[in-house]
Amino acid sequence: MRTADVIIVGGGIMGASAAFFLRQRGKSVILLERDLVGQKASGTNFGNVRRQGRYLHQLPLANRARAIWGALPELIGEDCEFIASGHLRVCYTREQADRLEAYARDARDYGLDLEMISANALRDRFPYIGREAIAGSYGPQDGHANPRLTAPAFGRAAARAGALVEENAEVLHIEKVGEDFRVEVRDRGIFRAPVVLITAGAWGGKLSAAFGEPVPISVHGPQMAVTEPLPYRIAPTIGVSTPHVHETVYFRQVTRGNIVYGGSTRGPASNETNRASVLPENTLGQMEQMRRVMPGLAAVNIIRVWSGVESYMADDLPVMGPSGKVPGLYYAFGFCGAGFQIGPGVGDVMAELIATGATSTPIEPYHIRRFAAQG
Amino acid sequence: MADPRIIVVGAGPAGVRAAECLVEAGLRPIVIDEASFSGGQIYRRQPRNFTRSYESLYGFDAAKARALHGAFDGLKDAVDYRPDTLAWNIAGNVLHTVSDGVARAIEFDAAILATGATDRLAPIKGWTLPGSYSLGGSQIALKAQACGIGARVVFMGTGPLLYLVAYQYAKAGVEVAAVLDTSPLSAQAKAMADLVVRPDFLARGLYFRAQLMARRVTVRNGITPIEVIGQSSVEGVRYRTADGREHRIECDAVAMGFHLRSETQLADLAGCPFVFDEATGQWRPEKDGDGRTGRPGIYVAGDGAKVLGADAAETAGRLAALAAMKDLGRSVEEAEMDRLRGKMRRFDRFRRGLATAFPWPAGLVRQVEDDVIVCRCEVITAGQIRETACAKGAPEMNRTKALSRVGMGRCQGRFCGSAAAEILAEVRGRDLSEVGRLRGQAPVKPLSVSTIVEKAE
Repeated sequence: MRTADVIIVGGGIMGASAAFFLRQRGKSVILLERDLVGQKASGTNFGNVRRQGRYLHQLPLANRARAIWGALPELIGEDCEFIASGHLRVCYTREQADRLEAYARDARDYGLDLEMISANALRDRFPYIGREAIAGSYGPQDGHANPRLTAPAFGRAAARAGALVEENAEVLHIEKVGEDFRVEVRDRGIFRAPVVLITAGAWGGKLSAAFGEPVPISVHGPQMAVTEPLPYRIAPTIGVSTPHVHETVYFRQVTRGNIVYGGSTRGPASNETNRASVLPENTLGQMEQMRRVMPGLAAVNIIRVWSGVESYMADDLPVMGPSGKVPGLYYAFGFCGAGFQIGPGVGDVMAELIATGATSTPIEPYHIRRFAAQG
Repeated sequence: MADPRIIVVGAGPAGVRAAECLVEAGLRPIVIDEASFSGGQIYRRQPRNFTRSYESLYGFDAAKARALHGAFDGLKDAVDYRPDTLAWNIAGNVLHTVSDGVARAIEFDAAILATGATDRLAPIKGWTLPGSYSLGGSQIALKAQACGIGARVVFMGTGPLLYLVAYQYAKAGVEVAAVLDTSPLSAQAKAMADLVVRPDFLARGLYFRAQLMARRVTVRNGITPIEVIGQSSVEGVRYRTADGREHRIECDAVAMGFHLRSETQLADLAGCPFVFDEATGQWRPEKDGDGRTGRPGIYVAGDGAKVLGADAAETAGRLAALAAMKDLGRSVEEAEMDRLRGKMRRFDRFRRGLATAFPWPAGLVRQVEDDVIVCRCEVITAGQIRETACAKGAPEMNRTKALSRVGMGRCQGRFCGSAAAEILAEVRGRDLSEVGRLRGQAPVKPLSVSTIVEKAE
């Protein structure tokens, strides 16, 4: 197969799920992935399936994604270790507690019910949380999943449904010739389709720029760590809500027992070498913050740290929607370290948009033309 | 200009001789040692208040052990020695250590990584039962703690250590139930041409074997391990001899090992390029004859660079120190470097002989049954690795790890990586080198979340 209705460039969670949902809508699909599906940011992120804390305008998309997370076994045949075990945000100051409360009030209009939890109730329900935490906001329907498994599972499901999934397929050049896009792949030759969807994460900016739509994109790596396995006690994903970046740690315990944590700072990453690293000082600084939010963790060892190449936009919003310049070209990249939960929703929305010309979920704030206006 | 700062990681034979050479040149190196005393594993010292003699601790190697300990003790005031210290990470030209819960970042001009080796292990049915030890571990129990791993012990695997440790146990009064070598005698005969370059070492191997036989210990070559048996702990071993017959032998502990593997995580974290070593089927940091890696300022020496044994490590440590000083613009004696290089070539030939005499049992590992645990930390079986490789299409080691958790636990695949790669190569129908190796990730060993930071030096 050299031609299809849609060529997707980039096999992360966005591209792999878009391939799957396009097949569900009857479109023929070629998914081109430079390395292996889900190997970059999609496979190395924290695994947070969280809606709270997102911009309110993103909640409809997050809700749509959340419905997909709950239906993964029926849709793609495996649950990717998703558990709806709750998501808790805690804070250290009264001021921040007021912000959490205001957010909870506003989120209700979008169908996201959050429960405010007092300091005393925090102690009762989550006794491992540190004393500095004075309030929490709890979303019972959210939780976490295994990022290493999710995008590959979508990729396999898409392939089973008839998509051509080409791994180790590096796209060298894309151009539009007449009605079709001509996509040149290293050592594989030319692929053609009337529609191209760019879901290339940190590498998306280069491709959009080639079509005259440059974006202010930068790359960083999350600083992740995991402890040795412990008895399974912590159900929810927990994060610190704070305006101070160094305090922003988050953690979750997988049912196997390990506690995965990250945050506090970001590390260097490169979309030239395709590598991101964890700075040793970040590992140590993160520990200090982890001891604040969960003092008991001081008795535990970490056994591994990792990072991945993530893309951040200058305005902290992704690029998602049709090209502002080239008919048939679509984008979904630059998810600013917050793409995992909405990933399957993004794939579903992009499939709907491509197949029907419109989407029932608002994505207008993410249109690439917002950068053209500034330029 | 201030003296360059050189860090030596490890205080075994390579690290000690590297440090000594640097001190001779008027430098004051920092020596990082994970252990409480210098000596490394082979010349590991007994705890304080233990009073066994050098002869009883190190046997034939007593003089070498005494010399190495003496050399390092003599450097006491001339080196910045940091025992009980783990080098947990390296980034750029900064080594990150932790000692007593305090993390320190140490900048360096050159770092000599003399990180040693561990046992190379192969999964065998039942090998995770309590009472199963690695060969090296069983030797350390005896050497450091004056303890045996059991009252009646089977030694199974291959490599020179197999006979040495069995002999040491027998000499210490432990009943040695059997020595079961997976390598056939014919392999050892074939290797003779290379092994004779070190007649003393060769003679010693024959001596251990003769001593075991004289004590009526069952010594068998060319065996195939079938199973370590037992309910809640080791009760015996089943194996097959070359004639196809099955045997069962009772014991309460089993020590297993298949020669050694280099500890390469720091070199990996430092960004040193690695090469695939065809002779042993292992990856190791690429280096020149003097110990220079592909990363300027990073040197490797001893078994952590290439498993050549303790004598070679002493030579390599000194050579790496000279190379580091030369690269930092200090004058070194070229004639001495040449002489050391010549010695290294002889050791390398002996290494080739050992690899021929005691081959890693790749075929055995590739055929291991589906229900056998390969990755002990994460409890991942051979079947799960095969399933990941086939149904989930994992073409190489890191992908297999991501999808199956193999090598994802406390040891980071240091002990299961070799076997997992064989299994993966077999089911994917690819060469061992093509399935790659697990990338190293910090921390080198588990690091406590209670770790606090000391200001940079």
